[in-house]
Amino acid sequence: MATSTCFHCGNDCEKTVVNFDHKTFCCNGCKTVYEIFSSNDLSCYYDLQSTPGAIPKEIEGKYDYLDNPDIIEKLIEFSDQNVHVVTLYIPHIHCSSCIWILENLNKLHSSISTSQVNFPKKTVRVTFDTSQTTLKEVVILLNSIGYEPYISLDDYTKSTQHINRSLFYKLGVAGFAFGNVMFLSFPEYFEVSEFWLEQYKYVFRWLMFAFSIPVVFYAAQEYLVSAYKGLRNKILNIDVPIALGILVLFIRSTIEILFDLGTGFFDSLTGLVFFLLLGKFFQQKTYTFLSFERDYKSYFPIAVTRISSNQNLEENIQVYEIKQGDRLLIRNEELIPVDSILINGNAQIDYSFVTGESEPVSKQSGDKLFAGGKQLNGAIEIEALKSVEQSYLTQLWSNDVFKKDKTTSFTNLTDMVSQYFTLIIFCIAIIATGYWLFVDASKAINVFTAVLIIACPCALALARPFALGNVLRFFGKHKFYLKNADVIEQMANADTILFDKTGTITVNKKNNIEYHGQPLSYNEEALLKNALRASNHPLSRSLYDTLAEHEIMTLDEYQEYIGSGIEAKHAENSIKIGSTNFAGKPNSEKQLNTSVHISTNNNYRGHFIFYNQYRKGFEKLFKTLSNTYNVSVISGDNEGEKSYLQRILPNPTSLLFNQKPKDKLSYIKNLQENNQNVIMIGDGLNDAGALAQSNVGIAISENVNVFSPACDAIMDASVFEKITDYLSISKRTIRVIKSSFILSFFYNAIGLYFAVTGQLSPIIAAILMPLSSISIVIYVTVFTNFLSLKLYHKKNGDIEKP
Amino acid sequence: MGVIYVLLTISILVAIVFFIAFVFSIKNGQYDDVYTPSIRMLFEDELVKEGKEKSSAPPKTKQS
Repeated sequence: MATSTCFHCGNDCEKTVVNFDHKTFCCNGCKTVYEIFSSNDLSCYYDLQSTPGAIPKEIEGKYDYLDNPDIIEKLIEFSDQNVHVVTLYIPHIHCSSCIWILENLNKLHSSISTSQVNFPKKTVRVTFDTSQTTLKEVVILLNSIGYEPYISLDDYTKSTQHINRSLFYKLGVAGFAFGNVMFLSFPEYFEVSEFWLEQYKYVFRWLMFAFSIPVVFYAAQEYLVSAYKGLRNKILNIDVPIALGILVLFIRSTIEILFDLGTGFFDSLTGLVFFLLLGKFFQQKTYTFLSFERDYKSYFPIAVTRISSNQNLEENIQVYEIKQGDRLLIRNEELIPVDSILINGNAQIDYSFVTGESEPVSKQSGDKLFAGGKQLNGAIEIEALKSVEQSYLTQLWSNDVFKKDKTTSFTNLTDMVSQYFTLIIFCIAIIATGYWLFVDASKAINVFTAVLIIACPCALALARPFALGNVLRFFGKHKFYLKNADVIEQMANADTILFDKTGTITVNKKNNIEYHGQPLSYNEEALLKNALRASNHPLSRSLYDTLAEHEIMTLDEYQEYIGSGIEAKHAENSIKIGSTNFAGKPNSEKQLNTSVHISTNNNYRGHFIFYNQYRKGFEKLFKTLSNTYNVSVISGDNEGEKSYLQRILPNPTSLLFNQKPKDKLSYIKNLQENNQNVIMIGDGLNDAGALAQSNVGIAISENVNVFSPACDAIMDASVFEKITDYLSISKRTIRVIKSSFILSFFYNAIGLYFAVTGQLSPIIAAILMPLSSISIVIYVTVFTNFLSLKLYHKKNGDIEKP
Repeated sequence: MGVIYVLLTISILVAIVFFIAFVFSIKNGQYDDVYTPSIRMLFEDELVKEGKEKSSAPPKTKQS
């Protein structure tokens, strides 16, 4: 077997293969999980889905804060004496095996009574007995089987969220009334004047009236309120003609049955509201496992370890309790929660998420550290300079952009059309009424109400939600998750696209490494590789991975100098790896690219340059985009990559470097003041302001389940090169909607003919209104499906499973 | 012909009973997660018994 994959997690077993029970594992962690499962009769886990697992992480001390009763109290959902219920978010949940194993937790730990998975939300709700176990033990158990819960500051501050189910209720009320009213109005459709029917039609009519009351005043409430608000702000939105139609239908029908003039239009009324709500329901696709409203809180840890100055005691405190002057212990891979000063330890801080700098920076004791950086190399001790809210990073969130609701400042297509539509309908109604006043005054009021009823733009109102809802789902299937349907329209309107650099067009944690200088001999390279093996520095790790395999040798001497480099000796040869000065480069000019210099036996040999690795297909993407859009790259990183980008990107691309988060925000604001519609594509916290300010903020993420800043859309990094497809699909969708408006006007014209000639009977209304709605819905659904599928497959050749 | 009133009352009462059942099912959160139960019902006694050969092939469910 040349390459074997791990039975547990499916990764390639590269360096070390662990064989156990006739199966191969990539590491001991995976083997241990397998052992746990097989010894508890749970090996079925591997039958449901092959290689479903994840490598369990090192957690030493990480969850100690779960001993703190205050924190436990905030996380626990329900507690009653010995029984606690907690809901934990587990990003790894992805398949049926995950559901199965997590719902069988009680087989692994006797004090867990039940556990229930919510797959769309990726949460597990665990009920456990506190007399036998603790929350910490439950979390550690989950971690030991590779399902690490994600607990962040967000969990601490959020209040119990109320789930809004009102749309379900409204849909239920409208559907219930619609069905019953249709049933009751059926006899009168055929206008059979039987003695039997004549006698009971009043009962039927008043029952219909009773059914339609909750529809008008409860189910259709939103439309009435929205129309009222629109009118008060002097905007004729789409809800104005809808509300008008609903009210006129209800009032006219009531008057008709009151004075025994006819049956009324209760069937059309309830049907109309039901279809409208159905459209709303369809448009409302939510990705419950994603959050589009995240701020620093969901990125930050919930607790840190504080070292008490007097007795050197370690205690876990909540992040908000950090005071100026507190000594904090930051472990490997932990976040720095506040602006602070490094006291001791070997700090390698990865700021890529916060500032956009691509390489981790080394710090020495006494240096200032900013909140949001991630420590990569062992534990460090820091002293807090500020509290959490006052730190540099968190202050970005006090900008007004984050308080503004984007949707209010945007008039969508239907509302725009509806402004003219409503005016025209009013004109027609008045002219027709005027005409009938002269010809047959008794019919005038009938004609006036008939026009308003038939003109009720339900087809118009349904076209957009169904078309956009459909495309929203299509995007979701292809790993592009939108916050709501308006985003599609905004995307279609955009003319400027800004890209962040680090993590957006480049791949994090991956480098193109090139060697410049005198070639190294085989022995020198072996020594280099072995020296690097001992180092934990991120640059050493990535350089180590690119070098060819060499046999392992024991180093005679090894010394790591923090902030400068490493020195190693084997037999007669010594090697120095590190910064320019450390390796002793003769004439050192300033270099912007990250580089590692090598000298052997005190002779300078050369250096490795770390270039950013760009995403696949990004050149082609920029070329295509620059034909139709203004494209720019706006980065927080230095200009090291500028010449390279200038060379490969098409000419009009503007490149901006050294941009602070606030600079990015104001740059977008400037563009918008020049009437440009901006799409910002970014990934880190440093883009958060820009993403909020732009018309459409798209966050790129390698793993959509982990943190991404507040945005309008989240895109999986694997579909990055397909951005052009998504943009053109949105443009075409808008075109489909526009064409469906023409169809809807055609129906309205037919209806208006009946209305102005005074022939609108309940049965015509009952046929025409649902017919127009349904045919419009079918039209837009079929066309958007067809368009997006065609475009997607033509471009990509392959047929992906939805 | 008073029977029509009886029939009407019964039919509407039955409809209302179902409507109330629907409202309660929403209130209990049955519509909050419509995906997981569809998978859960496929799991049954799939625990591998000690010393027994692998049980008959369990259903392979597609991930979505």
